[in-house]
This record gives sequence, structure tokens and C-alpha cells, in this order.
Amino acid sequence: MTTSYQQPTARGYYGEFGGAFVPEMLYPNVEELRTQYLEIMAEPSFQAELHQLLRDYVGRPTPLFEAKRLSAKYGTRIFLKREDLCHTGAHKINNTVGQILLAQRLGKKRIIAETGAGQHGVATATVCALMGLPCVVYMGAIDMERQAPNVARMRLLGAEVRRAESGSQTLKDATNEAIRDWIANPVDTHYIIGSVVGPHPYPDLVARLQAVISEEMRVQLLEKTGSELPGFVVACVGGGSNAAGAFYHFLDEPAVRLIAVEAAGHGIHSGHSAATSVLGTPGIIHGSRTLLMQDEHGQITEPYSLSAGLDYPGIGPLHAHLGASGRAEFISITDDEALAAVSELSRLEGIIPALETAHALAALAQLGAGPDDVVVVNLSGRGDKDLETYLKNMDKLI
Amino acid sequence: MNRIAQAFQSKKNLLNTYFTAGYPGLHDTIPLAEALVNAGADILEIGMPFSDPLADGPVIQHSSTVALANGMNLPVLFEQLQDLRAAVPDTPVLLMGYLNPVMQFGVEAFLKRAAEVGVDGLILPDLPLDEYEEMYHPLFQQYGLKAVFLITPQTSEARIRRLDALSDAFLYLVSGPGTTGGTTLPDAEAQQQYFKRIAGMNLRNPRLIGFGIAEKTGFDRACQYADGAIIGSALIRALEGASDAPAAAAAFVQGIRQA
Repeated sequence: MTTSYQQPTARGYYGEFGGAFVPEMLYPNVEELRTQYLEIMAEPSFQAELHQLLRDYVGRPTPLFEAKRLSAKYGTRIFLKREDLCHTGAHKINNTVGQILLAQRLGKKRIIAETGAGQHGVATATVCALMGLPCVVYMGAIDMERQAPNVARMRLLGAEVRRAESGSQTLKDATNEAIRDWIANPVDTHYIIGSVVGPHPYPDLVARLQAVISEEMRVQLLEKTGSELPGFVVACVGGGSNAAGAFYHFLDEPAVRLIAVEAAGHGIHSGHSAATSVLGTPGIIHGSRTLLMQDEHGQITEPYSLSAGLDYPGIGPLHAHLGASGRAEFISITDDEALAAVSELSRLEGIIPALETAHALAALAQLGAGPDDVVVVNLSGRGDKDLETYLKNMDKLI
Repeated sequence: MNRIAQAFQSKKNLLNTYFTAGYPGLHDTIPLAEALVNAGADILEIGMPFSDPLADGPVIQHSSTVALANGMNLPVLFEQLQDLRAAVPDTPVLLMGYLNPVMQFGVEAFLKRAAEVGVDGLILPDLPLDEYEEMYHPLFQQYGLKAVFLITPQTSEARIRRLDALSDAFLYLVSGPGTTGGTTLPDAEAQQQYFKRIAGMNLRNPRLIGFGIAEKTGFDRACQYADGAIIGSALIRALEGASDAPAAAAAFVQGIRQA
């Protein structure tokens, strides 16, 4: 098996995407991480502690559930990888558990993070509480308004939530502020980035920590279908961490079609969209060369999606490469299509998905999968955090 | 001899002033350059505004946001800079900014235009050293442009030596941890030791200290350890709301330069 898609180069490139475009003030921080992460993660004590926490604290392995009524509707065999059942309600904690163990081994005394929808912020605040480390989470002022329950959760967990007031006051600005904090605190602080974005080694680090999703899928698929390999793996992509985890152990299995689902917002060409693979061009965002949404002069523009977890103006460099190389197929789903999928899964399977996850579910109609195909949808998060949005859009849900 | 080398050879305690192109008004770039030089600035650093300036604090980010809203972009800036050398014939001028707008303009096209309008050097903080060395150093040389690199208290000695070897302008000593315009002074003794350590390395390039220097006291202190200092955020603050931006800039520089 080749490892061409899984492994970035020594400088963190996936094809032409990746790298570490960081100012000198960040160089020592990133370099410390780059030179140590693989070694630390390979230590038996790290692996033992990680696996124990994933099992006893996160609740892994998460079930692979055969969604029979949904399957009947789409005329194919659909399995849901239940990341929504993880502690804190989404896949995000797979990464934060791993990174906090890494931070401890690097001797760090303080944790910072950025958050968009608040799921990564909650997952970071959670592991900081567990380990007794102080935690500062940066969140865009606008996101703090639209995800108020998650702000309350983070505070209840003992984290300090700092409002990012600069720029567009959403995820990209929260990320800027977190990076600035790291610049100001280069020695004692570890930055737990929430997606497969940022300078090398973050995309690889986060992908490795989320890879447990597809590792479990292979074992579970073998048991339930007789083959480790499905026909399709479907996942939503904002920055792309749940997709990276769901794709990881299938990346070098060309028979498996990888479907990355982006948020089209009001429609790809409506001017209110987050479909980076279609609208983005190569450039640099948060220290990584990747596809991003920008104007003709290289100013980063603000994406739109009803879902706060998908409106990042870039995608991880791994995904940019999977798209450019044709290894993954990208599909865009509008707000309304995602809302319809929320309602569909709720009523057919008794599972209320997160709005981000609903984008992946809405793509089922476009797959062209047949009755003999096995489709795995990564059910990345649960819908509790989105209840307010769902209540406001009841007309589109029923 | 190039303007940068000339300035360091003929002057001591150099004052390098940073301002964001297009701030406070779109067409203030050349009038500000002229006013700063006439008031006593020795080097000009003209910021190319970017939507996501990671190394900068709130003051410069705000000025960038305003400048972009005013309509500043690289084609407009280069158009304005046609008049640069008529206004400030001998002063070294550097463009400072982030890599993404430069990449979208086209790196070589950017270097060519910068050289044509009389720019002397570039500060691109997020350009990785490896990529500069392998891909861009020959292009910079071809167009006669100097690269300025940043050094922080955490930069290793080996890396400082490498940066020094790759530069032929000056080294930009970041005064302490933090982004531009920081107000919290780091441990004064540690900072002094850092400045002395660098001063004792016998580097081939002169050194300017920047980040967090806001007034005459800070400037004078920096000059004890280096060849001068860089002031940015404090100047931008002085321009905010000024009815006559060039006059405000001149008054700011005179405040630093007074005996």
C-alpha cells in the first residue's frame, strides 16, 4: 500500500498544498511541535493513555449503525459512523484528547484554541478541565451570539472565552487571535488547533488523531458487510477534520470513493457560499498554502453558511490535494438542502444531526449508489447545539 | 552603493517609520512619505494592507481594514509609488506585507514593479526561509531588492547566523514576545540580555529594533543596543482622526527626534 495521500512531505506538503508560512515569531513554536510530535505520539505511554481515554472518556469505539429506513429511501446500503455519540457531541474531542497529551509531554502549562461553532472550543475546554490546565478559547463575536449555548458550556467547564472583534468576527478571526496569543506566549502555551488546517505539522497531527474514525470503520465494516472497504465514504468539510479522519485509512484504497461535502450556503454562485473547492483559488491562509476564498487582490473573503462549523474560508491542504488530484469528489449542499436532511434523518432514524453533518447526509441523493453499494456517512456531530437554528427554520424542516 | 547601505554608513540611531498604505486616506501614501522624511525619518516602511495580518496587533490590523475599505490594493499602490522617488529621492523604502497578496499579484511581477518604482527592500514575515533561499533569493537579487528578516528572543543562534548570511540590508530585532504595537514590556533584564547577546554576535548586517516602541524614551533605549529602531503602531495611532495626516506624521517624528 502506498502512503502517498496520507503522508505529507518533510516540509508538510500534500502535492502543491501545505507548508508552514509562519512569521519568525511563530517559528520556534511550530518547529518545536514539528520536531517532536511523531516521536511523542509513537511512545507506548502516549498510545496507552490515548487509547484508554478514547475508550473510557470519549466513548470509543463509536458504533457503526446500519440506517435501514434511510437505506430504503436511497436504494442503497447506508451506515452511519456515530461520532455524534462521542463525549461532547462530535468528533472534535478525538483531536483534543490527543493534543492535550502531547501538550503535557511538551511541558506546556496553558492551552489556547479557536472555535467557530463552539464544538472544538467545548472539546478543548473539556480536556483542559480533565487535565487541570488553564484554557483560553477565542471565538468570533458574531459566532458567540449565534452559538450562545456552547459559550456557556465552555465557561461552565472553566475556560475563558475571549471575543475576537477584529475583521469579520468569525472563525478566521478567532484563528488569527489564537495565533497572536501563541506569538505572545511562545514558551508555556500549546495551541490546540481544531481542524486539519494551519502550518505543518498541524494538518498531519490532526489527521492522525482523527484517523481513529476510519480505523474503526474498517474493523466494523468487515464484521457487518464482510469487507473492510465500502463503496463510498461521505463527510462534510469545513476545514476538514472529520473528513480527514473518515477518509484516512481509505486514502490509499482507490476502490473507495471519497465524497467531501461543502456548504453552498444560499447557492454556490449566490455570493453567500462556503464552497471553497469551487470558489477558492490557491493562496496562503493561517500558515498553509491551500485553496481559499479570496478576492483578486489576495484579500481573504468571508464565506457564508447557515452552519457555523463550515464557514471557514479555506480547506485543509490534504483536502485541496485530494480535490486537485481527483482522489476525492466534492459536492456542495445548500442551507435548505441541509435543513431538509436534518428533518429526514430525525424522522427516519430518530437521530437529530448537527447542521454541518446534515450537509453530508444531503449528498446521499447525488451519489448514484446502487443496492449493492455500501455507503458510510460520517455522522460527525449531534444537533443539540443547533436547536435554535432549527427552531427558526421550522418551515423548512417539516 | 544602495540606499540602505548608504543610510547605515552615513547615519547613526536611524529612525525607521512604518505606515499602512491607504491609511488614513487612500491618497496619503506619498504625502506621508514626504512628511516623514522631511521631519527626520531615515527609513520608510510602507505596509501593504492585508485582511489577516497575523504578526500585527489591533492598531495595524485596524489601519489595514480601513485602507482596504478605502480601496487600497497592490495595483493602486504601485500607481501611487510612481511618484515615490520624486518625493523622497535618497531615503531607503521597504514594502512590508504578507505573502498572499504578493502571490496573487505574481511574485516576479511584484518584484519587478517594486524595483521599477524605486523600492529598496521587502519585509514579508510569512515567507518561509527555506522557500526564500531556494526559490526567491535569486529573483530578489535579479531585481536588486533586499530582504529583511525578523529575529525574536526565541530565534536560535544558528538560525540568526543563517538569516544574517542571507540578508544584505538590516536585521529586524523583534523586541519581545507579542505582535506589533504591544504595550506590555517584557522582563527588562531579559530583554537587555537578548539585545546584548545579538549585539555581541558580530553580525554582518546592522540591526534595528522594533515592536512596542512608541515614543522617544523607547527609541533612545533601543538605540543603545542597535543601529536604530522601527516605530509603526504609535505612528498609526497619531494619524488616527488627524485632519492633516502629513502634519500629524511630521509632528510625531519631531517628537522622537527632539534633543
